[in-house]
Amino acid sequence: MSTIDVNARRAPALGGFNLTMLAIEFRRVLRNRRAVIFTLIMPVLLYLVIGTNSTYANDREGSGNVSAYILISMAAYGAVLASTSGGAMVAVERALGWSRQLRLTPLAPVAYITVKSLVALLLGLGSVVAVNIAGAISGKPDMPLHVWIAAAVIAWAGSIVFGAFGLFMGYLLPSENVMQVLGPVLAGLAAIGGLWFPIKDGTVLGHISSVTPIYGLANLARWPLYGGAPHLAWVVNLVFWLVVFVAGAAWRMSKDTARV
Amino acid sequence: MTISAADERGRGGAAARHPGAAIRLAGVTKDFGSVHAVRGIDLTIQPGEVVAFLGPNGAGKTTTIDMMLGLSRPTSGEVSVLGLEPREAIARGLVSAVMQTGGLLKDITVRETVAYTASLFADTRGVDEVLADAGIAGIADRKVAKCSGGEQQRLRFAMALLSDPALLLLDEPTTGMDVEGRRTFWSAIRADAARGRTVLFATHYLEEADQYADRIVLVSQGRIVADGTGAEIKALASGRTVRATLPGADADALSRIPGVDAVELRGDAVIVHTKDSDGLARHLLTSTSARDLEITAKGIEEAFLSLTSNETSNEGARA
Repeated sequence: MSTIDVNARRAPALGGFNLTMLAIEFRRVLRNRRAVIFTLIMPVLLYLVIGTNSTYANDREGSGNVSAYILISMAAYGAVLASTSGGAMVAVERALGWSRQLRLTPLAPVAYITVKSLVALLLGLGSVVAVNIAGAISGKPDMPLHVWIAAAVIAWAGSIVFGAFGLFMGYLLPSENVMQVLGPVLAGLAAIGGLWFPIKDGTVLGHISSVTPIYGLANLARWPLYGGAPHLAWVVNLVFWLVVFVAGAAWRMSKDTARV
Repeated sequence: MTISAADERGRGGAAARHPGAAIRLAGVTKDFGSVHAVRGIDLTIQPGEVVAFLGPNGAGKTTTIDMMLGLSRPTSGEVSVLGLEPREAIARGLVSAVMQTGGLLKDITVRETVAYTASLFADTRGVDEVLADAGIAGIADRKVAKCSGGEQQRLRFAMALLSDPALLLLDEPTTGMDVEGRRTFWSAIRADAARGRTVLFATHYLEEADQYADRIVLVSQGRIVADGTGAEIKALASGRTVRATLPGADADALSRIPGVDAVELRGDAVIVHTKDSDGLARHLLTSTSARDLEITAKGIEEAFLSLTSNETSNEGARA
């Protein structure tokens, strides 16, 4: 290294995005037993407790039954929980000074956000699949296969909103235990967003519900069960909160040069 | 510890004339709201130099290093690293920095940490080679959380050296190391510098700056107050403090006495920093009504404090 030729050095392709890093990030997520239990097992348990109760599970609901309705809701809840915790990992990384360390490498912020989004989506996918497998094994949900698939895909894809939410909160909350704060917050948002129990449109509660972040995702995920056209309000709600959370995360990220 | 190229060192406005410099700062300032963290720094560092950035906490050292790393932008002035924008130099793996604490994920292994970091660069040395060089090949499969402080510090260095950087920036690098650890660390750094790597380290230990740097840049309140070899800086710091009770002392008259660097009045007490304490004492006792005279040797740490603690004593440092 006696002489270093500045011009012989290159910057990495794709802003530093690469599969080695992605593989290590995936491994980190899977090694985090608490997160796995939280995001995979909890929604499954909730479904099994609430969604298989024979006093109402077989009542008709849309083109399926109540058990199917609850299955979709819990899959959406699981995806929300998982994506949020995937995004919120950034809080831990900031607290450890890892975000700053990464700023001393060629890794571009957009490549980092891409990796974090993929991690959030992977976690969300795991959760949706787990709840749906539990549902299939229980034999209680009844809905056409295309409804089953469409609902699962919408719950999963829509949960990207909460990957952004987790990222935003991860930058906002300087806590290593950010999910212990966000867990109850998400449970509350899920309740008011209509994921735990149906909330009638047009009521006071319905109006409040319709502006909260889970409302759009909850209704869109259940939409295949009822068919027809999706309400514009659902789509607007989902897009609005996606924009808010992405903008919030980007804003905090741009301010973030904190050292430990 | 000598430096032959003393005359080539950029000082003040000379900075702009060194295109091949490892670091070049020209008129750099940085404000945080109404706080002026850096108030105008001109600095040129040549390839292969080992430079200490010495100053008390809050002097602006870290803010300046952050600008060299492209972590923040100067409010005014220009920063270039190896002739490039700082972020571009980092993107090409030409600049590395080692942080004081933190900067490591606890839930992955030592090897994964190095592999992760290596994957972000276009060209790096081999992961196993770097692990071996840093003396952490034996703990490669250990979780970072289970590594001792010393092992974590070795890991940070392994990460910093992965891309074979031309410039290494170290912020308080030996904080928490024992004496033996410091010695080993610095002999490795000096060996690298001998092969052409430029090293800039921030420290608030004058001792460390004096022992291991070719050149000391003394910063205080966002400005460079002195720049020279360890011997030069220590010479600035030589002298004694004379203290006496002298009601109605004439500070101007005292400051004109040969050898006097600074005069301070505190009520009836007068405190004078001087290179010629004998001459001053003779003057005070024979020509004035001074009493309770005390002479104390200015320790190097105290001298350092006097150089960096307030604006008025900076005059002495520039002399």
